[in-house]
Amino acid sequence: MSIQAVKNSNPWDVQAIRAEFPILRQQVYGHPLVYLDNAATTQKPRCVIDALHHYYEQENANIHRGVHYLSEKATAKYEAAREKVRAFINARSEREIIFVRGATEAINLVAASWGRANVRAGDEILITELEHHSNIVPWQLLCEQVGSRLVVAPINERGEVILEEFERLLSPRTRLVAVSQLSNVLGTINPVRKMIDLAHQAGARVLLDGAQAAAHLDVDMQALDADFYAMSAHKMYGPTGIGVLYGKEEILESMPPYQGGGDMISMVTFEKTRYNVLPYRFEAGTPNIAGVIGFGYAIDWMASVGVTFIADHEHALLDYATHQANDFPGLRLIGTAASKSSILSFTLEGVHPHDLGTILDREGIAIRAGHHCAMPVMEHFGVPATARASFAAYNTMEEVDALFAALEKAREIFA
Amino acid sequence: MMFDLKDLYQQVIVDHNKSPRNFHAMPDATNQADGFNPLCGDTLTLYLKLDDKNVIRDISFEGSGCAISTASASLMTEQLKGKTVAEAESLFSRFHDMVTSDLAEPANTEGLGKLAALGGVREFPSRVKCATLCWHTLNAALAGDESATTEYQ
Repeated sequence: MSIQAVKNSNPWDVQAIRAEFPILRQQVYGHPLVYLDNAATTQKPRCVIDALHHYYEQENANIHRGVHYLSEKATAKYEAAREKVRAFINARSEREIIFVRGATEAINLVAASWGRANVRAGDEILITELEHHSNIVPWQLLCEQVGSRLVVAPINERGEVILEEFERLLSPRTRLVAVSQLSNVLGTINPVRKMIDLAHQAGARVLLDGAQAAAHLDVDMQALDADFYAMSAHKMYGPTGIGVLYGKEEILESMPPYQGGGDMISMVTFEKTRYNVLPYRFEAGTPNIAGVIGFGYAIDWMASVGVTFIADHEHALLDYATHQANDFPGLRLIGTAASKSSILSFTLEGVHPHDLGTILDREGIAIRAGHHCAMPVMEHFGVPATARASFAAYNTMEEVDALFAALEKAREIFA
Repeated sequence: MMFDLKDLYQQVIVDHNKSPRNFHAMPDATNQADGFNPLCGDTLTLYLKLDDKNVIRDISFEGSGCAISTASASLMTEQLKGKTVAEAESLFSRFHDMVTSDLAEPANTEGLGKLAALGGVREFPSRVKCATLCWHTLNAALAGDESATTEYQ
């Protein structure tokens, strides 16, 4: 398909989507804001901003214990958000939805609770070379604590996990496979369904890091059969500081508490404490109530637009950008997997990614430059850093054009 | 307020980035240190040859980084050759003041020579550490430390 055909093949009314995001109306250094740092965090639609505002103006109270009007109202909305998450990822039960601070805390919760109870000296935890630091370091900490070993499945030159190697590294010692569904640096969509089957055949549990995936892919817990799934609301058009750990009920049921405190207990004496039922057992202390409610509205927003429509639009943007990237002199794409989503990482000959970031910024274009919390990926490709443009529902083909016009300017400055 | 990118990427910086001066290892260095900016992954190794009067007889660097950090290191090595350690420290202090000074005031480039080309960095707060990495590494090398980082300073 020609570039023009790709550009025109997109019937999506992106202007209607953009109108729902107040932040996108601003000018940056005299240019319209072009926000292409969505893999770091997405912008928030008005319904989410309004929900936060409304909560603090009309509904604020602590949840699960008050007998008064506001507390009952806040509790109902908080629990309604849990049901929205359950439906969004097609989990079997609301008891499988634990609210946490974000995907990072979700992974740390599994490492600390399930990991310390189930992983022993000599056991192995299998990850892949393309993981974010948040899906590496919690396992390293666990390995140090219990004397287990971290095993890493390599990626090929396109940034795809080498499945034969992954399969070869699975063994009876493998207790857990922890893998990203969508790479935040390379845009690679991992064949997680296949990887989960292989892991389960080897007797291992599987945690999927869905921080990047959940805003871009249709995620179905029952179809995937993952044992754990971690996600962050702020990468899904929701507020920062809130996320979800999904866990299969029978596994969560068997796990010791993660943090102790209020809400996670049913009865406390100085001699003995009985813990609360799922999911509250893993939600100690007053949670981020406004964040949870706002996340619920973000999920409503995504569901109303349709995740598959968002994915199709982003795919058209990525195709269009990849076409231009391939024609751009001196540009090297980092991550050319056959199955990709929403992320364009690259280097430009003679211009360091940080200089690119600064130059693009002054054109009003927000991208990310750096190691993207995935230093091992940088090492694999032999680069200290990359520039990364990442797309969301509200980005336009014209914004892709603006990106490449600014790259041209960068090249002129360094010519 | 609007800033022109040319304030940051002056010709002298583009030139020193493309062809950094004193860019090589020094096997007989008397002092050396590694510098690292963990935020962006920039790394450099700085080599010094001091004589018994604390004069910098030779200075060089190696590493990889953005245009600002590479040009800053290159310009620094040019400026410091033949200077005493005390003069180098005083130059760092003046350089640091220039790149972190209040934008409402005109930048004070007195005594900085070609280093004045980096004055535009102060308009780009996220890039100040790129310009100062080599100087922090110099401090580490003079203090006998093995490494410096732009964090925890």
